[in-house]
Amino acid sequence: MADRISIETALPVGAIDTRASGWWAMIFVIFTEAALFAYLLFSYYYIAVQPHAPHTFPEGGLPDLKLALPNTIILLLSSGAVAWAQFNIEKNDKRHLVWGLGIAAVLGMIFLVIQYFEWAAKPFGLASSPYSSLYFTVTGFHMAHVVVGVIMLWALFAWSAMGYFNRVRYAHIHIGALYWHFVDAVWLVVFFTFYVTPYLGLRT
Amino acid sequence: MTITDYERVPTVSTGQNEALAEKLRKLWETEPGIAGFFSTVDHKKIGIRYIITAFAFLIAGGLEAAVMRWQLAWPGQHALTPEQYNQLFSTHGMTMIFLYAGPVLSGFSNYLWPLLLGARDMALPRLNALSYWIYLCAGIFLYAAFAFGFGPNDGWFNYVPLAARAYNAGPNIDFYALGMILLGISTTVGSINFVVTFMRMRAPGMSINRVPILIWGTLTASAANIFAIPAVSLAFFLLWMDRNVGTHFFDVPTGGSAMLWQHLFWMFGHPWVYAIVLPAMGMVSDGLPVFCRRPLVGYTVVALATVATMVLGFGVWVHHMFATGLPNISLSFFSAASIIIAVPSSVGVFAWIATIWTGRPVFTTAFMFFASFIVLFVMGGVSGFMTGSVPVDWQLTDTYFVVAHLHYVLIGINVFPVVGGIYFWFPKFTGRMMDERLGRWNFWTMFIGFNLGFFPMHISGLLGMPRRVYTYADGMGWDWLNLITTIGSYVFALGVLLFLINVWKSYRRGAPAGDNPWDAPTLEWATTSPPPPYNFVVIPTIASRHPLWEDRLQQHEGEGSHVGAGLALDHGREAIGTSSLDATPDIILRMPKDSYAPLILALAATLFFAGLAFHAWWLAALGALAAGIDIIGWLWPERTLGETREPAING
Repeated sequence: MADRISIETALPVGAIDTRASGWWAMIFVIFTEAALFAYLLFSYYYIAVQPHAPHTFPEGGLPDLKLALPNTIILLLSSGAVAWAQFNIEKNDKRHLVWGLGIAAVLGMIFLVIQYFEWAAKPFGLASSPYSSLYFTVTGFHMAHVVVGVIMLWALFAWSAMGYFNRVRYAHIHIGALYWHFVDAVWLVVFFTFYVTPYLGLRT
Repeated sequence: MTITDYERVPTVSTGQNEALAEKLRKLWETEPGIAGFFSTVDHKKIGIRYIITAFAFLIAGGLEAAVMRWQLAWPGQHALTPEQYNQLFSTHGMTMIFLYAGPVLSGFSNYLWPLLLGARDMALPRLNALSYWIYLCAGIFLYAAFAFGFGPNDGWFNYVPLAARAYNAGPNIDFYALGMILLGISTTVGSINFVVTFMRMRAPGMSINRVPILIWGTLTASAANIFAIPAVSLAFFLLWMDRNVGTHFFDVPTGGSAMLWQHLFWMFGHPWVYAIVLPAMGMVSDGLPVFCRRPLVGYTVVALATVATMVLGFGVWVHHMFATGLPNISLSFFSAASIIIAVPSSVGVFAWIATIWTGRPVFTTAFMFFASFIVLFVMGGVSGFMTGSVPVDWQLTDTYFVVAHLHYVLIGINVFPVVGGIYFWFPKFTGRMMDERLGRWNFWTMFIGFNLGFFPMHISGLLGMPRRVYTYADGMGWDWLNLITTIGSYVFALGVLLFLINVWKSYRRGAPAGDNPWDAPTLEWATTSPPPPYNFVVIPTIASRHPLWEDRLQQHEGEGSHVGAGLALDHGREAIGTSSLDATPDIILRMPKDSYAPLILALAATLFFAGLAFHAWWLAALGALAAGIDIIGWLWPERTLGETREPAING
C-alpha cells in the first residue's frame, strides 16, 4: 500500500474544538444573523433621513439612557461569565463551568426583564410612527435572540451539570458561547444606533 | 454500536474489499419503507427529491405561462380577468425564480457535492434533510394559498404601496410574505451546509485549486445567499407587520419609505440572480470539457471570475431601480458597476468557446445543451448589458424587452444547463443511459421553441409593449409578434414534454451505464452507478484536478491520486475532516444516524407561519414550542457522535 494515503499519527474522533462541523455551521449562522441586523439598521438609517411630519425623530425626543446603559453593562457581564465558563472547562474545572453558564443565563434573563420595563416606559407603541415601528422591531429582534440564547445557556447549563463535557470534549459549549458573544456584540451596535446616534445629531 | 476509541490511526484498505463494502452498506443504508422515507439524511436521496420537486414546480409554472400565452396570443382576449392574470403572472414568477431555479441547482449540488469531493456525505446531513423539508413545506404553503385564490398578485417583486393593505386588502400578500420567509430558512440552512462542506469535507489532497468548477459555483452562490437572504426575509417580514399590526415601515405619509422595500428586495434580488446561474455555469464548466475530450481552458480565471461576479453582484442592485428618480450620482455609480460586471461574467464564455475550439467535440445531447447555453447566455447577457445603461433602461424598463432578457437569462443559463446536466448525470443517478435519439428531438424542439417564443419579445418590448398587461388592443403593432411568441412557447413546452418522456422511458428501459460512461475525469465517476449509500468504499486521495484522467494528462503531483485504495473509516458512520485550504486530514468526523428531527422541525416551522397567516397566535406559539423542543432533542450531546467526554478515566 502506498505510503501517502495512510496517516501515521492518531486523529481525534468526533467533534472537538474548531474541527467540529457544528462550530463552522455556527460561524455562518452568525454571518447570516449579522447580515440580518445590518439590514435592520440600514432600514433605521434610511428612514431616519426621510422627512418625518408629523412626528419628531426619534419620537419623544432624545432617548433616556437610565435603564438602557446599565442594561448594556449587564449583557456584557453575561458575555464575560460565558468567557469565564469557557476558561474553566479548558482547565477541566467542571463545577465552575456550570456556575459560569448559570450566571450568564441569569444575567441574560435580568436583561430581558429590564428591557420589558424599558419598553413599557416608552410613551409610544409599535404602530405610532416609523420610528416606533423600527424601535420595537429592531430591539424586538434582538430580544428574540436573547431569548434563544438564554434557552441555549440553560441547556448547556443542564448538560454541563450532567457531566457531559471535559477539557477535550466541549464543542457544544464552544459553539453556544460563540452565539452568545454574538448576541451581546450585536446589542452594542443596536444600542449605539438607537441610544447614541440621536445625541450625536441624528434627529429632527 | 459502541465507541471504543476517541482517537485512532485510521486504517487503510483497497476499494475491492467486499467485507468492508458490506459493513459500510449496513452502516449507511437508509431503512426501507415509510420510516426510511421520512428520516433519511442521505444526500443522494435528498438531491433527487430536490430535483423532482423543483421540476414539479417548473411544470406548474409552465402551465401558468401557457394559460397567459393563450390570453396574449391575440389582441382583446378576455379568457382571464385582470385579477386572475395578476395572480398568474405573479405566481409564475415566484414559482420559477424561487421554487424551481434555486432548488433545482441545490438538488444537483446536494447529489453531486460529496461525490465530487470524495466524501461520504455533506458536513451536516440532518441540516440537509431540514433544508429539503422546509423547501417542500414552503412550496406547499405558497401553492395552497394559490389554490384558494390567494396567490401573490403584485408581481414577484411585490412593490409597495401596491402591496400595502390599503391597495391590496386580501390575504394574498400575507401568504406570499410568510411563505417566502419560510423558504428563506430552507435556502439559508442549505447554503450554510454547502459552505461548511466545502471547508471541511474535501478528500485528502483536494486543495482548493483542485475542486471542480461546480463546487466554485455553488460555493459562491451559497456564500452570497448567507448574506443576501436576510434582506428579503426582513423585507417580507416588515411588509407583513405593516399589513397586519399597523407598523409604518413602507408608509410614506407618516415618514416611512416605499423605496426601502425596493432597496431591501433588490439587495437580495440581484445576488440571487447570480445564485441561480453560477452553479449552472459550473455544471457546464465541468460537463462541457468531458465532451471536448480535454480539460476546461482557464480553470483558475473561471474560478476567480465566478467569485468576482458575485462580489460585484452585491453592488449593482440599484439598476433595477433606475426609473425611480434616484439622484444622478447613484445612477452613474450603479450603471458603471452593472457594465463592469460584464467583464467577469463573460470570462466563462471565452473559456467555454476555447475549450470547444481546441477540443474534439462529441455531439451528444448533453453537449448540445451545454453548447447552446453559451449562445443563449451571450444573448441574455447582452440584453442585460444594454439595460445597464440608464437612458436605455428608461426606454425599456417594464417593457417586454426586460421579459425577454430575464427569460434568456433564466431559461438560457438555468434550464438549458439543468436539462443538459440531467443528460450528463442521469447515468450516475440511475445507472441507465438516456435515449440520444429522443434527446436530439428534445434539444431541437426546446432550442427552436425557446428562440421562436422569446426572441420576438425583444421586439415587442422595443415597440413599447408593457409587461404584465392582461390583454392589449388591436392595431398596436404587437399582434403577430405575440402570436409567434405563443406558438414558440408552446413548441418549447413540447420540448420539455419530450424531455420528461425521455427521463421516464430511460429510467424504465435505458441501456445500462456502467461506472463512467462518458470517460469523465472527476470523482463521481469513480464509484458505481448509482453510487452505494456510502459513496466510496475507501476515501480517495487527490493529487490533481482530474483524478481519472491523470494517465493521459500527466499533470498530477507526485505519484498521483489514489482512488482504488485509501482510508476505510468503518467504525460507524464516519467521514474524514480536512483543513480548509490544503485538505490535510485533521479529524475523523462521526456522522449522524437517520432522524425524524428535521421533518418535525420543518412541520413545526410551517405550523408557526400558518399560525401567523391566520392570526391564530396559539397555533404559532404551538409551532414555536414544538420547534424549540425538537431543536433541543436534535442538539442533545451524543456519545456516538463524539460530542461528550469519555465515560471513564481522566474525568
